[in-house]
Amino acid sequence: MHILVVEDDPTVRNFVAKGLREAGHLTELTDNGKDGLFLAVSEKFDLIILDRMLPGGIDGLRLLETIRAQNNATPVLLLSALADVDDRVQGLKAGGDDYVTKPFAFSELLARVEALGRRGRTEQAPQTKLVVADLEIDLLSRTVRRAGQKIDLQPREFRLLEYLTRHAGQVVTRTMLLEGVWDYHFDPQTNVIDVHVSRLRQKVDKPFGMPLIHTIRNAGYMLRAE
Amino acid sequence: MAQRVKDLPLHEGAPRRPRLRALRSASLRFSLAYGVLFALSSILFMLFIWWGTIGFLERQVETAINADARALVDRWVLGGVPTLALTIEDRLEQNLDDDAVYMVIDPEGNYLAGNVSTWPAKVQYTDRWYSLPDTRAGLRGLAEIHAYRLPGTELTHTAGQLDSGYRLLVGRDMRARSILRRLLTDSLLWAWIMVTLLAVSGAMLVHRIFRRMVKTVARTTSAIAHGDLNRRMPLVGNGDEMDQVAEAINEMLDRIVRLMDGVREVSNSIAHDLRTPITRARTQLEDAALHAQDADELRAAIERAVGNLDNITAVFEALLRIAQIETGARRSAFATFDLRPVLFDVAELYEAVAEDHGIRLTLDMDDVLPFYGDRSLIQQAVANLLDNAIKFSPEHSTVHLAARLSPLVARRTVTPAGGAMLTVEIRDEGIGMTDEDMARATERFFRAEKARNTPGSGLGLAMVRAIVQLHGGDIHLATHNPGLSVRLHLPVASSALAEYGYDPFDEDMPDMTRTSQFSHQHDTNSSVL
Repeated sequence: MHILVVEDDPTVRNFVAKGLREAGHLTELTDNGKDGLFLAVSEKFDLIILDRMLPGGIDGLRLLETIRAQNNATPVLLLSALADVDDRVQGLKAGGDDYVTKPFAFSELLARVEALGRRGRTEQAPQTKLVVADLEIDLLSRTVRRAGQKIDLQPREFRLLEYLTRHAGQVVTRTMLLEGVWDYHFDPQTNVIDVHVSRLRQKVDKPFGMPLIHTIRNAGYMLRAE
Repeated sequence: MAQRVKDLPLHEGAPRRPRLRALRSASLRFSLAYGVLFALSSILFMLFIWWGTIGFLERQVETAINADARALVDRWVLGGVPTLALTIEDRLEQNLDDDAVYMVIDPEGNYLAGNVSTWPAKVQYTDRWYSLPDTRAGLRGLAEIHAYRLPGTELTHTAGQLDSGYRLLVGRDMRARSILRRLLTDSLLWAWIMVTLLAVSGAMLVHRIFRRMVKTVARTTSAIAHGDLNRRMPLVGNGDEMDQVAEAINEMLDRIVRLMDGVREVSNSIAHDLRTPITRARTQLEDAALHAQDADELRAAIERAVGNLDNITAVFEALLRIAQIETGARRSAFATFDLRPVLFDVAELYEAVAEDHGIRLTLDMDDVLPFYGDRSLIQQAVANLLDNAIKFSPEHSTVHLAARLSPLVARRTVTPAGGAMLTVEIRDEGIGMTDEDMARATERFFRAEKARNTPGSGLGLAMVRAIVQLHGGDIHLATHNPGLSVRLHLPVASSALAEYGYDPFDEDMPDMTRTSQFSHQHDTNSSVL
């Protein structure tokens, strides 16, 4: 992906750039709002990583509001030390697509970057079926089949599997799962997610030969065919 | 601090200042008002006594004279002049007080009987009282006199007038009475003067007491404002209003001291509880820098340090959040919603963990739980409590989550009338808490002895309490023998109830509760990863 990073702190900026490049993305960097706005408007990016507190007269939110006012729908991930719920709401309302607070783990940032990127690309008609290897999820009838066999899932387990499948091939962090599947916006301080995923594995992976749900160390989970 | 009056700059009318300032003194106004009121009411009181007594005396005399006259007229009717004269002589003889005045005259004005030599010229009419000088035993006095017509002898009859005919004069010398009157007036006057003096001194005393009390308060609070937090208001000890005020002020000071100690404690706890992971991270990094043999060891050390830093961040976030909640900054996010699905979701989230620990999670909630508040905060509060319950419960025990809406019956609640009370209870059968622990459980960073070795920062219950208080409710901990019961009482505004068509007083509503349990087709022998 072609990613613009607008961040004034050099440590964070370089760290993010390095990580993104290692993951195979093309990055453009800038450290203030004015240049950031110029770049965002004049070039086409797949994603913009935007810090909120920027020097140069134009702060992150103003930049965001400006490009949105020009009907620029580039996905924007806000990266900010302003971590209150109100700040988050403000950021999303201004047109942001996701919000990562500092300090952050790079794996979290990367997972969300790729999720946003994928979302930007698949603007097709709503799907009725999700298929990965021999796993079939019928979204209309809310049923799951693997290798032709029906798997009985609780509603929440279904949602969990659906989320993982929609992000198949991508890292899904525990925070993303908490937000996406349980609408939960804070750290539960326990391995709640792990327990739920392992239960899901019992039903979806264990009876069948090939595991689909993988644990990615220090990051989260990924659903993919081995 | 407000400027004191004498620090104000003086301008042109400076000499007038002191007098104005005196009038501005509340204690002076107060005591002046007291004195004036006292004096006025005592004057009224004296006047009342005086009028009552004197008036009574006068009326009594008049009644006596009239009664006497009537009796004499009867005598006259009975036996004419001789009988009347005899009666009068008798009366005069028996008149011990020597205050009677009698006279009877014939139509020509000649003396017939009595102790008056000539008919007083002034006495012309029979319809009024006369006060005439009367000398007896060498002393001049006044007599109250009334003239009467003896019936059956007038040639003409003009109402009120004496005209001709036999006439009777009856009266009483008022000397004794006027002495009494003077005596009474004098004593009352003296009494009033004394009372006024007492009033003035009383007022001055009140003034001084008032000023002393105010000064005590002012001095004590000034000392406190200057930093001496150990000062307290002195109590007289009789439980009166001044004592009550002093006690209230002392309580307030105690609370301030407690809060300040609390803040100091928190700062100390924060410093201590954060220093530990910071130290650990630093030590690990330094250790790795000095002793790591290869890149893998380094990497491992760094990862552990990052983990510690994340812990610190989490504690900071939690503290910030608690502080934010406590200052009420989150009220703007309040909305009306049904709490049941929210609680259900949280329970579902933790149900997996519970099962992992061999613990059963049961639910008991009303069908609808209308609520006005912050959804995610309540979510977090219940999550914290469930987390704790599971953490401290042994295998094969039950953790129970209940949520009930009940109409408010007690009047001493903070909710507007017509609302309801939502009670959320989380019960466990775990290690429970001692009474001392329960009293301190919601303090920041408090960890009970029994909990010392379990993970957690000690902020969970502090967060729950802050959230509950933000919603105007409170939290109660109780022993569940074994285990702990945590109850959250959250008031629900009637507007929220109305939005969900919930009438707490509707007795026809079907029983709203439904106990449910998560059902799974689970292989109970499964091992969990």
